[in-house]
Amino acid sequence: MITFLELLVNGISVGAVYALIALGFVVIFKATEVVNFAHASLLLAGGYVIARLHEVLGFWLALLAGIATAALVGALVEFLVIRRANVAVRSVLAIVTIGVDIVLTTELTRRIGTEVLALGDPWRDRVLRVGEVSIAETRLVALAVAAALITAFLLAFKYTAWGVRMRAAAEDAETAALMGVRLGRVSLSAWAVAGALAAVAALFLCVFPTPGLDRGTGLAAMKAFPAAILGGLDSTTGALAGGLIVGLTEALMNGYQNQLAFLGRGVGDVAPFVVMLAVLLVRPAGLFGTREPARV
Amino acid sequence: MSRTVILRILTGLAAVAAAFAVPFYLDGFWLQAGLFAMSAAVGAIGLNLLTGATGQLSLGHAFFLAVGAYAYVYFGSEPEGELGGLGLPTPAAAVLAVLAAGVAGGLLSPIGGRLKGQYLGIATLALIFFGQHVLFNATPVTGGYNGRAVPPLELFGFAFADSPGLVVLRVPFGALERLWFLGLAVLAGAALFARGVLRGRPGRAMNTIRDHEIAAGVMGVPVARYRAGVFLLSSMYAGLAGVLLALAFQRTVPEYFGMLLSLDYLAMIVIGGLGSVAGAVAGAVFVSLLPQLLTRYSDALPLVSDPGTGGLSPAEAARLLYGVAVVAVVLFLPGGLAGLASRTRAAGRRWFSPGSARRRFSPSSPETTSPESTSPETT
Repeated sequence: MITFLELLVNGISVGAVYALIALGFVVIFKATEVVNFAHASLLLAGGYVIARLHEVLGFWLALLAGIATAALVGALVEFLVIRRANVAVRSVLAIVTIGVDIVLTTELTRRIGTEVLALGDPWRDRVLRVGEVSIAETRLVALAVAAALITAFLLAFKYTAWGVRMRAAAEDAETAALMGVRLGRVSLSAWAVAGALAAVAALFLCVFPTPGLDRGTGLAAMKAFPAAILGGLDSTTGALAGGLIVGLTEALMNGYQNQLAFLGRGVGDVAPFVVMLAVLLVRPAGLFGTREPARV
Repeated sequence: MSRTVILRILTGLAAVAAAFAVPFYLDGFWLQAGLFAMSAAVGAIGLNLLTGATGQLSLGHAFFLAVGAYAYVYFGSEPEGELGGLGLPTPAAAVLAVLAAGVAGGLLSPIGGRLKGQYLGIATLALIFFGQHVLFNATPVTGGYNGRAVPPLELFGFAFADSPGLVVLRVPFGALERLWFLGLAVLAGAALFARGVLRGRPGRAMNTIRDHEIAAGVMGVPVARYRAGVFLLSSMYAGLAGVLLALAFQRTVPEYFGMLLSLDYLAMIVIGGLGSVAGAVAGAVFVSLLPQLLTRYSDALPLVSDPGTGGLSPAEAARLLYGVAVVAVVLFLPGGLAGLASRTRAAGRRWFSPGSARRRFSPSSPETTSPESTSPETT
């Protein structure tokens, strides 16, 4: 029971971090209708900057720098590549982001090499005990920060002028443009926001109990993909639900790995994807995604 | 008209002759690189049917390659120790391996048929992770971390292996030289079949699905069935590529069939040209030979250093180059290498065909369009 509670809290916390990544993913998809396969490399870029700068600038400034870098890289990808690509089929744009991802990931993993970089976070490996349940402080902070960021984001999405513009552009880009919404700025800001969220997620993916940032961190970020599509690629609520489902599945599967030995080692890495396939079989547009009814 | 046909036949013959001459002149390194390129070309043709012609993104191509490669090994080897095997004759094992990849693709057809475009791309990511998990854990079939040795193919008593020795025109014919011709035959067959599919009725239907799904449905194309069918066909192509790869590599290694391989295949078809068979082949040759070229000539190239010295290793340099190539092709070269080739051909025709000099400057003026050169369909 105690193990279960611990796993539950850890699962929700990791899930919240996945939700951060998935949210950025969804924002990009809503604004530009591109599945951004370069998301993992944005995350890696943010984490790398934090890891390299925290000894010079101190953790908080380094964190800011990491967030700014990831946002900038995101905005640059939009400005230099996505905006200029003139393609008939959206899948081709997704492949372009794969090209961007290949370039960024190759360069970053080359720089990281075989090292495991610490991010210099102030929580280190402290553990909080409530009764018999012990939980790493980093997990709680991750949960709190992710919850705060997601709430702030959803509020902004709903009430600020930026949010209204974003939603209008997603609803009907042409009409929005005619009403004076500058679509270029909307998609630029979407990419920047997604990058910033990814950098925050990078921080929490690399702190205790994970040893630090290594070349495999980008791959860990891949688990946010099922989170996004599980919930529905065009739904912010879906990103949250998907993140939590993926986080819980992974934590529980890893926690009870010994009882599940017949499934092989490392089953926690695969489980989110299996859940995703199962959901897609029943609901091809994801749990909260809009099915597109078409008028002929 | 007839001149272009003759020119085409001549180019084709020259290409075939060159391909046949290669094993007599180049050494094993290049033959193996060439075989990888051929296998990649077969796989890329399959992916291009799915992604280029039908607009369905797939990141699961590496999984189907793995199914083909490992199924061939499993069906073709005798069981020994921990490792299982069926010990079937190797040609049967090869055919069954392609079918196994097809079955794997068919099992996914509920997903392949329903999801469109980018959604399918993410869904097929699952295959990569699932595939890696199975490859590492199902040791009796896959050999786990160490992989398995691949039994050489034996066709009507002729073994595609180093022994028994064979000398043709004073060149010793080992496994690679023999496989070279097998690879050529397989690639030619795969390319012709795909061309037939693309130019016929199914190809039209696939392109309509890509360009406008609803229009395709209204015109009577069973959209879901076509999507599922193309998914299955492309997975069989990947299976065939997997068998060829296993034969060329002589060992199957699980890490190879990871995410990077799937990304490589997408890079190939974008660089070569989406939706065209020749483009897939060109892209496959480009992406698979680039790292080999950079490795071979890393001493002579600036910025590229030997692996392990901290600089840019040849493999990394190659990845950077073709990552950039993917982006550049989409931005500046629509249609990829295939599109470039056909534009160059068109330009060449305009420059060199007789009486074209005037036409070049005034393409629409009435005196240059003589009645015999313009067929009624095009006007």
